[in-house]
Amino acid sequence: MEGGYTTREPISPAALLALVAGPDCGATCLFLGTVRDGPEDGGVTGIEYSAYEAMAGAELDRILAEARRQWPAARVALRHRLGLVPTEEASIGIAAAAPHRADAFAACRHVIEEVKRRLPIWKKELRADGSVLWVDPQGRPAVVGPE
Amino acid sequence: MVRLKFFARYAELVGQEDLELALPVPTTVAEVVRRVRAGVPGAAALPERPLTAVNLRHVRLDAPVADGDEVAFLPPLAGG
Repeated sequence: MEGGYTTREPISPAALLALVAGPDCGATCLFLGTVRDGPEDGGVTGIEYSAYEAMAGAELDRILAEARRQWPAARVALRHRLGLVPTEEASIGIAAAAPHRADAFAACRHVIEEVKRRLPIWKKELRADGSVLWVDPQGRPAVVGPE
Repeated sequence: MVRLKFFARYAELVGQEDLELALPVPTTVAEVVRRVRAGVPGAAALPERPLTAVNLRHVRLDAPVADGDEVAFLPPLAGG
């Protein structure tokens, strides 16, 4: 269990990379999800993230354990930011290192997709006109656990 | 006694994040949802089939619920 996956401070890519670095790794992928302005939505100035923190930690333990089983030689580190994240700043950072690039890309991609599907985190968009909106991703199927 | 948790938009609808519900146990998540929607102020606006978790794990509505379990009502997930 790594724990400490959430933070209210800006995410440091260098710190994430340091967590997975090692002489056995010839490939490292870094994924950053950043808050995007939505001009078509009236302008997004930031997103307020909230979480069911105990479950988010437990779910991330499970997601990373699954990744370790699937890619035993890979190491993955992750941070998800909570609270207000301004446009252009990262809400999530994932670093994946492996001996070769195929596993680094695959492990990184797998973890972000599972995060999107399973993590109990919600976001409220802050619009340029002062309005706020809970984001309800369209067409996302109900999650029913990996077991 | 079952512990209930509401988050994000659902917490706004119900007006709180934590509640306790007395009901005969063991039961199912579906029955907890039914009683919450029928008896908790503001909860009638929750979906009939919300995403739910029991003791920090995603579950289906037919999952069992025992005394002391923590049942969470999860709005559509939006992490990442």
